[in-house]
Amino acid sequence: MRRLRGKLAPYLLSLPSWVYLIVFFIIPLASMLGMALAVGDPLSGYTISDNFQEFVTGFTSYEDAFARSFWYGTASTVITLAVAYPVAYWIAFYGGRHKSTYLFLIMLPFFVSFVIRVLAWEFILSDQGFVLGPLKAIGLLPQNFHVLSTQWAVIGGLVYNSFAYYVLPLYVVLEKIDRRLVRAANDLYASPSTAFMKIILPLSAPGVFAGFLLVFVTNVGDFVNAALLGGPGTYMIGNIIQDSFFENQDYPMAAALSSILMLMLMIAILLYSKAFGTEAIQEYAA
Amino acid sequence: MSQDDQNGRDNTQAFYRGLTQPRLTRQNFLRGSGAALMAALAPQIARAEKVTDWKAWWAKQVPTKEFVFANWPLYIDVSSDGKTHPTLNAFTKQTGIKVTYDEVIQDDPSFYAKVAPVLKSGSPTGYDMIVMTDGWYLTEMLMQNWLVPLWREKVPNFDKYAGSSVKNPPYDPGNKHSMVWQSGLTGIGYNPKLTKREITSIDDLWDPAFAGHIGMFSDVNEIGSFGMYKLGINPTTSTPDDWQKAAAVLQDQKAKGLVRQYYDQSYINALENGDIWITMAWSGDIYQANGKGYTDLKFVVPKEGATIWHDNMCIPVGASNPLSALDWMNYYYTPEVAGLVEDYVNYICPVPAAQDYILNVIKDPAVANSPLVFPPADELARVHEFRAFTSYAEYQQWLNTFNPVVQG
Amino acid sequence: MSATISPLPSVHKPSRLGERILACFTWAMIIYTMLPIGVMVVFSFNYAPAGRIALNWLHFTFANYRDAFGIQDLTGALIHSLEVAVGSAVISSIIGTPLALALARYRFWGKSATDLVIFADIAAPAVVVGASLLSLFLALNLPRGLLTIFIAHVAFNLAFAVVVIRARVSGLDRALDRAAADLGATPWVAFWTVTFPLILPGIIGACMLCFLLSIDDLIITSFVAGQTLTFPLWVYGAVKVGMPPQVFVLSTFIFLGGMALALVNVAVTHRREAAA
Repeated sequence: MRRLRGKLAPYLLSLPSWVYLIVFFIIPLASMLGMALAVGDPLSGYTISDNFQEFVTGFTSYEDAFARSFWYGTASTVITLAVAYPVAYWIAFYGGRHKSTYLFLIMLPFFVSFVIRVLAWEFILSDQGFVLGPLKAIGLLPQNFHVLSTQWAVIGGLVYNSFAYYVLPLYVVLEKIDRRLVRAANDLYASPSTAFMKIILPLSAPGVFAGFLLVFVTNVGDFVNAALLGGPGTYMIGNIIQDSFFENQDYPMAAALSSILMLMLMIAILLYSKAFGTEAIQEYAA
Repeated sequence: MSQDDQNGRDNTQAFYRGLTQPRLTRQNFLRGSGAALMAALAPQIARAEKVTDWKAWWAKQVPTKEFVFANWPLYIDVSSDGKTHPTLNAFTKQTGIKVTYDEVIQDDPSFYAKVAPVLKSGSPTGYDMIVMTDGWYLTEMLMQNWLVPLWREKVPNFDKYAGSSVKNPPYDPGNKHSMVWQSGLTGIGYNPKLTKREITSIDDLWDPAFAGHIGMFSDVNEIGSFGMYKLGINPTTSTPDDWQKAAAVLQDQKAKGLVRQYYDQSYINALENGDIWITMAWSGDIYQANGKGYTDLKFVVPKEGATIWHDNMCIPVGASNPLSALDWMNYYYTPEVAGLVEDYVNYICPVPAAQDYILNVIKDPAVANSPLVFPPADELARVHEFRAFTSYAEYQQWLNTFNPVVQG
Repeated sequence: MSATISPLPSVHKPSRLGERILACFTWAMIIYTMLPIGVMVVFSFNYAPAGRIALNWLHFTFANYRDAFGIQDLTGALIHSLEVAVGSAVISSIIGTPLALALARYRFWGKSATDLVIFADIAAPAVVVGASLLSLFLALNLPRGLLTIFIAHVAFNLAFAVVVIRARVSGLDRALDRAAADLGATPWVAFWTVTFPLILPGIIGACMLCFLLSIDDLIITSFVAGQTLTFPLWVYGAVKVGMPPQVFVLSTFIFLGGMALALVNVAVTHRREAAA
């Protein structure tokens, strides 16, 4: 009896999610992505066929946008990890009784709609604003220097918006690391950096991976930052999908591009877990 | 607010219905998902009967005391305490029709994407009146027969008061399905302190002196038209060859590093902050920027031409209170009501006589005398409509021509 | 773990300086994330001529606050947003936790398929998710409103919740569970007394993440909202005709309300500590 329950356990545990995802995600998504094979136009309607042409056209005509998206996504994820790790580390290890308060403070700015946050950033970073203006006045920056409407503004916007999303999984994992392990290492005369590299970093790998999954995948598909903060030539694949759907009403193209994007992201994540395959990650990606 | 409560109640009812009737058997479920696929793919499965004789349809309609009006946010007058809309209240008082006013339209593409599947499935949208900008989405709704032809005899005030710029527009000849709520101009906005000279011409958007500080619109209809003004072509009568030439000058503008960014609505922030000096701009935005303290900014209708666009009141098929919608249109097309709305909204009023009303009765000369709200005749003579597409293929050709400018 | 089992000193001595640097860095990041909010709070006191506010200082006024709830639709939209965000965060975590446990602790048939679906849920572009859900709701003849917004938000939050909670579960010491079982605890009791307290921080983290995703969502919501408005929808629509000061004021309220909550939390922990 007990063994049977043990065997059934994972299925019972995953049942609620599966039911929900099948009804409200898999079936609708599959029928939408199926549009990639359809031929027709929004006026006369579509018929499903075996037309794979959209995939080829989609990939070849927007190669640049795909490449750009992966470059922005990678850069922003690496930077986010670099700034989020120390913060999550400090809160988890030194936050004491105010851990949850610190976390909450990091979340708080995101309760305010992104429209307002972007508006404020445009004001802060404007060419003659209170950050760049003085630097230009004292000659530290050339007069023509600007941050907005560049790819760095897009990457910066991505980092800003995903910071909290990376801190959370990192914190959740770091917080459970048994501090007695670190103390034991200290007692054995390991230097703090050795203790960090040999104990904390490997143990926090699930958090690094979870955050990477969340941040990299959402950032590669993002369109808001490029639309509001980018300049000419910063269009990401998310923007193209957005345009294909809303403006061009080319639903087969939007579906084909979405499928290609999801497939490429999946390959990227698999490569990542192969390349950095610690035990925890393999366990994760298994 | 009662609308929200009502929605909430409907939802809970639907929710409880779902709970008490365990209907989601496998077979039903599969059928449901199959239908989802169908809804996405086949626009022609209509649940409602298709109306062919609209005259007979109108004759069958009975007056109701309800009216559901979907509009853009902040697009109607608001009382000084911000809580009510005086023109809507007066309408209710006058006709006994209760108005539900929903500010649910954020922009045309997303609103279209939201209602199109509903209309395709043959269900009512829940609205008696929607406001759509002229452009492909409105054209498509017309082609799909999703807009009820108006019973024009019920709206005599339109013929009496409507300005010539809103009568018989190319996208809806004879105003058969639509009447303008507000219009606006796409021209050039600039900050003379930064450009250090007055702007009069489209060519100024190509002036190397402003390199890196020129804003262009990301909307392909808007930017395509501007490319043609640069070449002296009228977009409404242009040919695909003209489009190619226009795309070439726009690409050239980008290649030379003149363009700072292809903006959506956010161009106005960049102009206010001084990041761009000269830009394609909407008249209403510049008017409002002046009002909120950016007094330097100016708007000009360039000598080569500019675009006039219209946000149109239309009745979607399936509307339950179409006669109320006609009553509203007739009520709106008077100097008093249009004037009251205009005094708050500040785009371009479809009723020229409202100018006197705003000046002499409301006593707001700032609005009445503004060339942005009531453009002078010589400016209106220079403006063009958007190109009205006649088929999806034609629209696609336009997109394929101008998308690479913005997306590249 | 130590926090729940034995209150060990949380500092390992050798790196005082390192700790200082980390503390400064953390505060710098907190300030950086709050910078735009600070701008917004300051300008919420700016005079707003003709009911439109701008980031252009005119003069100080409290007028905007006197009229904070003047726009009924906006206030209603904010309430909808908060309802959906809280509701979908809680439900996503409740549905997601068992799946996270299954993925982290068991090998079972269909595990990679589950991983694939979770991954797809995160990777699917918003327009595709929004449009596909809209056609589903139409096919099911479900009236669009708060309920459909809520269903959609759970649909995309669920995957995020699973990923965060799973990261917490994986690597947890299962010996404790087995010990509990050996002592005769039923799996149910063992879960609530041993496992649940250990994964609770993960669940809270997941809730916070889902709340953030939900309260900021624009695209998916715009498809399935019907006649109901949420805060981002209203604000985004208002951009075309100029933003009324109430947008800044209500956002400031949310922000200050959050700050107050944080301060109360700090005060309560202090008192509890003093009492102990």
